[in-house]
Amino acid sequence: MVESGFSSPRADVFPAGLRVLVVDDDPTWLKILEKMLKKCSYEVTTCCLARDALNKLREKKDGFDIVISDVNMPDMDGFKLLEHVGLEMDLPVIMMSVDGETSRVMKGVQHGACDYLLKPIRMKELRNIWQHVFRKRIHEVRDIESLEGLEIIHMTRSGSDLSDDGSLFSEDTTSAKKRKDAESKHDGKDFTDLSSTKKARVVWSVDLHQKFVKAVNQIGFDKVGPKKILDLMNVPWLSRENVASHLQKYRLYLSRLQKENDTKNSFLGTKHADSPPKDSAGSFGLKNSTNIHQNDVSCGSYGFPVSNSLVQNIDISGHEGDQKGTASVPGADTKGALSVDVPGPHKATCSQMCFDRSFAPIDSALSYASFDSTIPTGYPWSGIPEIQFSQEGKPLDLDNCFNQLPLPSPQRHSQTEYRQPPPPISSRPSITERDVSTSVDVKPSFDDCRGNCINHYNPFPVQKSQTLTSQGFESISATTLNMKGQGVSLNCLTDWEPVQKNVNWGIGAPFAPLDEDLQVYWLQGDCYAMNLGLQNLDFIDYNDPTLFTEVPSLFYDALRFDHEPLFDPAESSVIDQGLFIA
Amino acid sequence: MERNQQRRQLAVMRQSLFDQEYLDEQFIQLEELQDDANPNFVEEVVTLYYRDSARLIQSIEQALEKKPLDFSKLDGYMHQFKGSSSSIGAKKVKAESTLFREYCRVGNGEGCIRTFQQLKKEYTTLKKKLEAYFQLARQVGPAETACRPK
Repeated sequence: MVESGFSSPRADVFPAGLRVLVVDDDPTWLKILEKMLKKCSYEVTTCCLARDALNKLREKKDGFDIVISDVNMPDMDGFKLLEHVGLEMDLPVIMMSVDGETSRVMKGVQHGACDYLLKPIRMKELRNIWQHVFRKRIHEVRDIESLEGLEIIHMTRSGSDLSDDGSLFSEDTTSAKKRKDAESKHDGKDFTDLSSTKKARVVWSVDLHQKFVKAVNQIGFDKVGPKKILDLMNVPWLSRENVASHLQKYRLYLSRLQKENDTKNSFLGTKHADSPPKDSAGSFGLKNSTNIHQNDVSCGSYGFPVSNSLVQNIDISGHEGDQKGTASVPGADTKGALSVDVPGPHKATCSQMCFDRSFAPIDSALSYASFDSTIPTGYPWSGIPEIQFSQEGKPLDLDNCFNQLPLPSPQRHSQTEYRQPPPPISSRPSITERDVSTSVDVKPSFDDCRGNCINHYNPFPVQKSQTLTSQGFESISATTLNMKGQGVSLNCLTDWEPVQKNVNWGIGAPFAPLDEDLQVYWLQGDCYAMNLGLQNLDFIDYNDPTLFTEVPSLFYDALRFDHEPLFDPAESSVIDQGLFIA
Repeated sequence: MERNQQRRQLAVMRQSLFDQEYLDEQFIQLEELQDDANPNFVEEVVTLYYRDSARLIQSIEQALEKKPLDFSKLDGYMHQFKGSSSSIGAKKVKAESTLFREYCRVGNGEGCIRTFQQLKKEYTTLKKKLEAYFQLARQVGPAETACRPK
């Protein structure tokens, strides 16, 4: 077995150094394939069990570029492995078998295999596997652009309503567009422009995407599957494959955001010493510093990349009792992600902020806040108030929320510091809850956000998380659900509902308990979401001439967010199992 | 020279394995993979194959003794076996495997048993031939074993 060491691929000599994971229960074939791949100058890692393979993949989400797997394996059906890999890691998977029956090959393709090789396999077939990696990267970049495009549209729509905010948007929009164009050109030898390439595929319009998100939320992220989503969406012309690929991208998007958050979070200096975050620390930069009490809830730090806004780390550990809310609100201009530690109730599943239309988008406030550079420093949590970016078209009725947000009153749980009244939102365009959902567009304001940060659509509707605190606010949908956290975020969504009652969400709700305002209590484990840091922005650097090389990092990044458990491992296991149980 | 004679002998041996269809081009692929880093690659692979497939042979044998025959199980084993055999280019063995699977598909127990006997014969014959081949190859010297195809 060769340990690849998980080094980064040598992009400059691509495809040499391509990191391949080979899974086959036949030791003879494993040896042969390993040798063949090495001869192609690829970095090979071998596995004879599907579970081992999955573990390896999960351990280092960006450790591999492509997976080659046999169809017949004793511990797990190759097709199942294929699905897991596609969903969790979004890596290209090649199937192999001695059986070349059409039905089998078809099944492979249906499950998402990017190729199906017949044994005995020739060297020349293996030499070309890099094309699948390349193709995926290009498609991904394009998809992201298209997603961003949606967001840009959203933003521009509402942007016009904004005063000074508008300029923010337009800049972003312009720059984003520029990036997009550049990107199109960049890899556009074969692809004309974005629109024309879109012709060949399903165009995920805003509405369609929102339906998708809604369906995902409804099903529960941990139980999501393309078929279920498709059924719920009830769009006759949409196929399961369309949904499956969109789901993959969505996850990728979320995980990227999370990564971004991560990086940003690292800037946040707030450390909450008293409650050493268990695992989240690892994953969410700053946020981790927030106290994450694993005991009962998993605190997830929810961080939004915030360019110069304040607070980035709002650790709200309002959790049932024992968290101390060390909401430290880092000064404004830290570009960091707004991290909110939200200890979720035990059953909290989703620590992510879900921007879900259905929920009072308090989150949007949050999210906005984070993005909004104009967030007044004074409000720790306030990111929310800044809904500068009114998500286009969705006036978030944050005004209400914020206005009512009680100021720092003794929190039940956390002593978050930001008990400051949120800055008047009135200046912001009101965003109704419903609209918020998609928009938490974090685009923005961060200067630091390289790239488009959060241009991706908000997978989850923004929920007003006004008071989540003690109530065990569960799901704060983060705009970005990281991939790994998929299950997680979905969880939160699912749990969200019951919690919602308890939580004072939204508009008009007395936010009394909300002082934590934006305490987003993340249900355990699902904090991933928040950590969609700006880290992921990296890959969005379309203008980068070395785009190609960037791309891999893009997907590596996306996948990178992996196991760092944010929350109590016991809790997280739920999530983990949700999606990943083979 | 003896060495030259041996080399010639080796070449002849090798060629006959192909001519008699004991081996197919997959074997050549293996030879091409052999290099300084793995000078005995082919032999290692073949050894691995025989070791691993022995247990499959045994499982099939046991399954064939059960009454009634579980064809899907037999087919499963044979599928694995066939895949393995394809790795070294064991042509005749592979052919028997395919036939065996056909008999499984139609539920012909007799056919399965008969074919399996034949398969075992081919399997053992090939093993002996390869053993002799590698033995000679080792004598001749590692550089000689991989004969580039014409």
